[in-house]
Amino acid sequence: MKLRVWAGLAGVASLALLMGSCGKSEDESAKKSPEASAAATPIDPATVGSIAGTVKLDGPAPKAKAINMAADAICAGAHATPATDPEVVVGTGGSLANVIVYVKDGLGNRTFSTPSAPVELNQQGCMYNPHIVAMMAGQTVDVKNSDKTTHNIHPIPRNNKEWNKSQPPGAADLQEVFAREEITIPVKCNVHPWMKSYIAVFKHPFFAVTLPDGSFSIKGLPPGTYTIEAWHERYGTTSQSVTIGPKEAKTISFSLKPDTGGD
Amino acid sequence: MSPTYHPGVHRFALVLTAATFLLLIAGALVTSNEAALSVPDWPLSYGSLTPPMVGGIAYEHTHRVVAATVGLLTVVMALLLWNNEERTWIRWLGLGAILAVCLQGLLGGLTVLLQLHYGFPVEHASLAQIFFGCVVAIALFTSRWWVSPQPLREDCGEPSVHTVALLNSAVIFLQVVLGAGFRHKNIPIWPHLLGAVAVAGTVTWTGIVLRRRFDAAKELTRARIALHSVFGVQFLLGGGALWARLATTRAPQPVGLTVAVTVIHTVVGALTFACAVVVLLLCYRLVPRRAGSAVAASEAEAVRP
Repeated sequence: MKLRVWAGLAGVASLALLMGSCGKSEDESAKKSPEASAAATPIDPATVGSIAGTVKLDGPAPKAKAINMAADAICAGAHATPATDPEVVVGTGGSLANVIVYVKDGLGNRTFSTPSAPVELNQQGCMYNPHIVAMMAGQTVDVKNSDKTTHNIHPIPRNNKEWNKSQPPGAADLQEVFAREEITIPVKCNVHPWMKSYIAVFKHPFFAVTLPDGSFSIKGLPPGTYTIEAWHERYGTTSQSVTIGPKEAKTISFSLKPDTGGD
Repeated sequence: MSPTYHPGVHRFALVLTAATFLLLIAGALVTSNEAALSVPDWPLSYGSLTPPMVGGIAYEHTHRVVAATVGLLTVVMALLLWNNEERTWIRWLGLGAILAVCLQGLLGGLTVLLQLHYGFPVEHASLAQIFFGCVVAIALFTSRWWVSPQPLREDCGEPSVHTVALLNSAVIFLQVVLGAGFRHKNIPIWPHLLGAVAVAGTVTWTGIVLRRRFDAAKELTRARIALHSVFGVQFLLGGGALWARLATTRAPQPVGLTVAVTVIHTVVGALTFACAVVVLLLCYRLVPRRAGSAVAASEAEAVRP
């Protein structure tokens, strides 16, 4: 079903390009952008490939910092041992979790349908779960409060509409949408200042967030050459060019350099 | 004719000054604890006067309650001034204080509702300094000392002590605004550091002028020593606040030491500005301006330094 939608969208895009070729300005923009020709290329589900791999921290992991939740007894009571800051989560062999890996370039002007299923951002134990949310523009983020305390949710975007809403315990989920691509939007709870999260909003579905073992997988990519970028909230970005052929499953790895900032 | 001293009015002005100082501490605690947006609505807090006092809400709602109290005290102050004061300009100053506190409340509300944008946090912090200076001035104007006859001093130097003291107050105010700009992430640190150097210059210059020209005037000497002492402490606190910020950059949440140092630095900044205002007002009280010196000298005994 999804593939048919994609094929339909690609067809519409092709038609639009064909019609646009009659107009001077559209014609000029098509000449300026070599990627525009890619928009005419529908994605053939029989040839799509995938990119998988791992992200590692190339250096010693910083010491995990304990969070002091004494400001709210309910938060403190939710953890048998003090929770630690999820900013840097390093596993065995330097595997780095919470890294967003995504296609930065190479998709041309293809457009993609927005998933109807929402992504979830839960406030649980006075922490955001997941710490990193990746979603498509126009997709709904379902903000839950599983805690018996009040939170406020405050995304601070540069390219989308900013909002700040409260969510008392037992309140209905907040359902919000970010209309434009933005990598990334910091999210804060000012009631509990240790609560921080990031939401990455894409105009395509080719992204992943690394698991605790540092692994990621991006599937359904049409053959082509792509710039794949890895983003981490502390260690910044790194990217590489990857070419995948028909049905090819490519494996790549990223290595992020630790900063010199103090802990 | 000398204005009448109203001890009740003066004592109330001191209470208002103390309450405003507490309000400055409460406001600084909100910023240092990153709690400004913990209550998304305004003027109520979570649609109520009694929200759950946890985490950042405790700081933000306490700030609102203290602010409302100061607002009410300001209205009472203005009424006391209007009903008791013979000096018309002080009556209007009381009304001006009401206007300032209302505007300050509105700026606080806009800071919350517009999510810290459009410079409202800096404007809110800056107007707080002006309001504090205003209530300190009311306390001084209503004091027994101010309404009692005082020996006047003649200013023999150039530029006039009024000009120097006014420049000093203006530079300190600008520095407080720059500090608020840095604190609210609107500007980098270097303008505030340059401001500290400028303040050191004007405070020193003011001290030199006061010492050389009015060493015998005990009130000016006390005010000069107070200004220098508070500025010295503030300068050290500034270094401490910067160190604490740098040392806790990677902390997952505001750290107690950083909160304490930055809050103290903020409120001592307000005290420094208040000292500068007091020095300025004392200069106007004790040293006739040159154009009016002949008239003033006929009203009181002019004493050469």
